[in-house]
Amino acid sequence: MELSDQIAQYLVSGLSTGAIYALIGIGFAIIYNSTEIINFAQGELVMLGGMFTIFYLNTLHLPLPLAILLAVASTTAAGLIFERLTIRPLKSPTPLALIIITIGGSILIRGITMMIGGKDTHALPAFSGSEPILIGSATILPQHLWIFALTAVAITLNKLFFQYTITGKAMRACAVNRRAAGLVGIDVKKMVFFSFAISSSLGALAGIIVAPLTMTSYDVGIMLGLKGFCAAIIGGLSGGVGTVLGGLLLGVLESLGAGLISSGYKDAIAFIILLLILFLRPQGLFTKAQTERV
Amino acid sequence: MLKVKNINTYYGKVHALKNVSIHLSPKEIVALIGANGAGKTTILNTLSGVTPMQSGSIDFAGESVGALSPDRIVKSGISQVPEGRQVFKGMTVAENLELGAYLRFTAREPKELIRKDIVKIYQLFPRLEERKKQMAGTLSGGEQQMLAIGRALMAKPKLLLLDEPSMGLAPLVVQEIFAVIERLRSDEGVTVLLVEQNAKAALKMADRGYVLETGKIILEGNAADLLENPEVQRAYLGKEKKDIWER
Repeated sequence: MELSDQIAQYLVSGLSTGAIYALIGIGFAIIYNSTEIINFAQGELVMLGGMFTIFYLNTLHLPLPLAILLAVASTTAAGLIFERLTIRPLKSPTPLALIIITIGGSILIRGITMMIGGKDTHALPAFSGSEPILIGSATILPQHLWIFALTAVAITLNKLFFQYTITGKAMRACAVNRRAAGLVGIDVKKMVFFSFAISSSLGALAGIIVAPLTMTSYDVGIMLGLKGFCAAIIGGLSGGVGTVLGGLLLGVLESLGAGLISSGYKDAIAFIILLLILFLRPQGLFTKAQTERV
Repeated sequence: MLKVKNINTYYGKVHALKNVSIHLSPKEIVALIGANGAGKTTILNTLSGVTPMQSGSIDFAGESVGALSPDRIVKSGISQVPEGRQVFKGMTVAENLELGAYLRFTAREPKELIRKDIVKIYQLFPRLEERKKQMAGTLSGGEQQMLAIGRALMAKPKLLLLDEPSMGLAPLVVQEIFAVIERLRSDEGVTVLLVEQNAKAALKMADRGYVLETGKIILEGNAADLLENPEVQRAYLGKEKKDIWER
């Protein structure tokens, strides 16, 4: 295989993992923007998406589309229970306390999943076969196409929701100015609840569509969560284009690095990028410096 | 219309409002003046349900609103324009106005009615219409103040609470904003409770006034009388004792 062919191949797989990172990253951004919390349990919700699907598919023998829908619903429910039990009861929480709580919560979710579901690695069947499709000199799996399509749909719906519905606008208002949002009559706690619902379902979706390619088990959430976090940081914790580009960039760099340098460095690349961004451009790669008049 | 009786509000252990009682009649403009930290903003926040009172009662239009949550209070007809404008900076002017009507949207009020009211706000503040697609954070201070007032009006309040609308603005802009407040009263019948450090300007516009010192109402009366009151002149209008005596 020529080098250019190899690179084309790395780009395809990089973009598809990047899309997954973007979905997870947007979940981080939505919760951060409405609560100023980095929800480190986000990765576990991704894991739950995959594991619930396996459960509905293999244990209850439901058809795949139904299993997927139920898994998204169950994960969303789990995310909302998590919010009710951990975030809501706190009277005057500091961001640090909240972040530690989400880390504790993630360990708990992982533990429970391991106890109930075991330590095995499970494979989800590809949504529509695994016959590779040849595009130019690169091959692409049908599952890659599913990933691109579903990610695009989810991100577009998300964008439309935040841009055009009054609830979406109210959620943005809470992110911009919580106090003023309360004064116009927006129930801030309800908006936090909604943000957990949206980011849980996006996380679940990410965990489900990636499972046929990478397998899933009780502990995949840690790495996927951290990669999604990287994507969100590259994107300046924006709930939109920035994080999508951040995810795609991360996926592609990771894949090129693994292919051209050494696959041992795959994860290291993500964290080196994370550190570089935090040191050099903490506002994110695509965010212009804010100009505001007071 | 509004009857506040003996309210006490605490910030932790700090007793911020001590037996404060005020009342407003329909279509009145009442000024609340006092030094920094006297508790002016606290009164507004207690009325808005942001810092709930410990004891006392608040009756508004025949309804007890003292224990309601901020959104229920907005629904009952009290809107606050907070100190420092607090517009949604990363959102457009039009979106800011829409969010002012948030509770009307969730109450499923016809969207045309809400849109008509946005047009009304643009008539009141033509400069906001010119900038409706612009991010609120890029507006000048005066324009942000207009937007904050417009946003509060979108909830169709019967009582408007204004916290330091003149803060940091050029005198001409202050005049413009005060003129709009007077128009709101005469054209729309809005009642206004105005908190101001700019005591002179506030008392000139208002019908009545209250003077607040360290959490207590120490004086109340007709705005014209308060303007002439030597104690008010010395403490809040910047006149020296000497000037007052020599007159």
